[in-house]
Amino acid sequence: MKKRALGIYAALALAFLHLPLAVLVVFSFNSGRFTVWEGISLRWYSAALNDPQLAEGLLNSVIIAIVASVLATVIGTMAAYGMWKRSARVLEGGMLLSLVTPEIVTGVSLLALFQWVFRFLHLHLGMYTVIIAHVAFSIAYVMIVVSARLRGVDRSLEEAAMDLGANQWCAFFRVTLPGILPAVIAAALLALVVSFDDYVITSLVAGVDSETLPMVIYAMARRGVSPMVNAVSALILVLFGALIVLAERMREQ
Amino acid sequence: MNPRSWFLLPARVWMALFFAAPLAIVCAYSFLTRGDYGGVEYPWTFESYTRLADPLYLAILWRSLWIAGLSTAICVALGFPLALFVSRAGKRKNLYLQLVLLPFWTSFLVRTYAWLFILRDTGLINTVLSALHIIHSPLPLLYNDGAVLLGLVYSFLPFFVLPMYATLERLDPALAEAAADLGAPPWRTLWRVVIPVSKPGIIAGAVLVFIPCLGAYLTPDLLGGGKSVMLGNLVQNQFTTARDWPFGAAASLVLMLAGAILLVLLTTRRETKRLL
Amino acid sequence: MEPVLELRGLTKNYGAHRAVDGVSLTFERGGFYSLLGPSGCGKTTTLRMVGGFETPDAGEILLDGRSIAALRPWERDVSTVFQSYALFPHLTALENVAFGLRERRLANARERAMEALALVELAEKSARLPAQLSGGEKQRVALARSLVLQPKVLLLDEPLAALDPKLRKQMRAELKAMQRRTGITFLFVTHDQEEAMSLSDKLAVMNQGRIEQFASPEEVWLRPATRFAAGFLGAVNWFGATGIRPEVTFADRERPPGNGARRAIVESTLFLGNRLHVHVRCESGESAVAEVARGRDFADGESVWLWWNSADEMRFE
Repeated sequence: MKKRALGIYAALALAFLHLPLAVLVVFSFNSGRFTVWEGISLRWYSAALNDPQLAEGLLNSVIIAIVASVLATVIGTMAAYGMWKRSARVLEGGMLLSLVTPEIVTGVSLLALFQWVFRFLHLHLGMYTVIIAHVAFSIAYVMIVVSARLRGVDRSLEEAAMDLGANQWCAFFRVTLPGILPAVIAAALLALVVSFDDYVITSLVAGVDSETLPMVIYAMARRGVSPMVNAVSALILVLFGALIVLAERMREQ
Repeated sequence: MNPRSWFLLPARVWMALFFAAPLAIVCAYSFLTRGDYGGVEYPWTFESYTRLADPLYLAILWRSLWIAGLSTAICVALGFPLALFVSRAGKRKNLYLQLVLLPFWTSFLVRTYAWLFILRDTGLINTVLSALHIIHSPLPLLYNDGAVLLGLVYSFLPFFVLPMYATLERLDPALAEAAADLGAPPWRTLWRVVIPVSKPGIIAGAVLVFIPCLGAYLTPDLLGGGKSVMLGNLVQNQFTTARDWPFGAAASLVLMLAGAILLVLLTTRRETKRLL
Repeated sequence: MEPVLELRGLTKNYGAHRAVDGVSLTFERGGFYSLLGPSGCGKTTTLRMVGGFETPDAGEILLDGRSIAALRPWERDVSTVFQSYALFPHLTALENVAFGLRERRLANARERAMEALALVELAEKSARLPAQLSGGEKQRVALARSLVLQPKVLLLDEPLAALDPKLRKQMRAELKAMQRRTGITFLFVTHDQEEAMSLSDKLAVMNQGRIEQFASPEEVWLRPATRFAAGFLGAVNWFGATGIRPEVTFADRERPPGNGARRAIVESTLFLGNRLHVHVRCESGESAVAEVARGRDFADGESVWLWWNSADEMRFE
């Protein structure tokens, strides 16, 4: 009897979690401009796909996400590997701290850093500052995913390799890395998603010509009603959903 | 140098340059004076911190604390039964867990926007209600503390369910059976055994929700408008429009301090350490 | 007076697998009973059905003549001691023992719990948490926790399995003494035949969900009802449908009188302290073990005569 009540509650809770997104997606197909249903249409999708601002934002986001994700994955994987061999308390603590630091604080602190450096280097905010920032907060995510995988790896495999003549680098690249590759890929996908979705930090450290997709969406959402945002949102949901499912598959391997 | 240290080097450099140094700079800025055209200049002063004690800003701090606190409490109240359900789902445990987490993994911006779409004057709720002639003018559902609360709970509920589920899943089923055997009906078992034993998980989950809620920016920004200003909005404002960096830096530090204190408390308690 | 517990035709299926198949047993008040059998024979499932943690698919459970199959665990007047003890980690030993008493809203719960702890000789550790207790101590707390409620039947699910051998033997004696002292009916599940035989007034040998035999230890030992029961309780030398225990199988160099003896070749001899186990291979093909007194000496490959008294034979169809 109690189980029934719990089940009903769970169904309601899950509905609460999923319905807002479902509503968004459904209304992205609304041919009307407002929330009154006027029939099915794909006009907002075509509007979104043809919008130059969205296109530029998408391009920037993709470039930033890919570069940042690659860098973060390399650095984070190496860090996870280094920490597997010996504990690095300060680094580990710092990474965990970066995960709980509010985005606004990370954002303004990086902004402060860049502005201070620019006094001497005569540079401006641009895509590269965004990339730097994204790598900074993604490293921790990568480290966690790869560390989790490394915990299940048998150390004696590397020891055997080194016993047979391989040095540390060789042992890593030829013995350990191939084994944890699915987790590394999953971490990369995670870093990709995290970078792609970031608004707060990006908005603070982006230059005038490096608007990302979330920044464009934010501006559109703030300006008022536009089902174009629904369409873009639906597309993003599908994209992220696919990436996350892929990442999960990789992680389970 | 030890080859293993080489592996740690890139991360150490990056974190030092782009995480630690920036925070140090912010710390320093909080003790400096505001520059005429933005930025900072000498002299060193405590002025920014004393300004924070102004009732206006204390109100913002207070609002941030109670919104974050209430959001956390609601997440715990709503999330615990959900986590309980998933942990008892037998073979379908994983499926339900994925269902709970799936919205969480999609875009944060999109999820916040969804409530904007539903709650605003021309949004779904108002449109439906007026179409049914229940109301004649739109309800102001948006741009208040309640909307922010709703947005935060919606965004962070899965954040609580995950560690709570992990704790409940590890609970020895024999404990519940023993309680029943000794005469406790299910809700008494829950109250006297399950909840106390899973307390570390509850606390860990709560802290994991409280900290981001306290430093929330996007949710109060989109859903609260200018009416529900939290610390995160204050910080952003000072670093952009208001151009009062020292003040913004001081507010940032207060934010960080609150989070750091909680985190230290969390990681030093023996039971919760095991969870992490 | 009616029996304290009666199981009639108890059946439990898990999908296509029949875990408990028509189990019928009667338990008298104040006795120490065991369910004995190998892993998967259904003994734990049967116990859990009595406790209320599994629902029977068919059959009845009568406690003092009243059917309890429809009652939930907290409504039944039986108590279970779990294999993992299941002590509540956030409560002290005293609070653990007092748990059931508090559920019943008894005013003097604390005192009664102290008394129960004193009964298991753990009064001075009443303020300890389970994490601070040893395995044997945890087991005693679990026992006290159930006994303090004075259930009609105490169900014990392999409670000694997690203890080391020396402690096990010690706890066995304590359990038996406890049962005698309290007079509560004990129903004990184990896969250890030595344990079951040394503790029980009557034991039920279970195999694949069915009761092979329900009788006193001597009865099951000397006159096993089935081949399985015979083999599970102890070693048996099988000669077709006839079985002989090694303790009553003799080996000699000279041919004994009568015509029951067989020729056999010694394969190996194991020294066991006060006796020897001589492993032989009979001319007729079977292998057997004869238990002989210390001091005798058989060489590998030697030819001997194997014989026994027909009164010790166990015959099955």
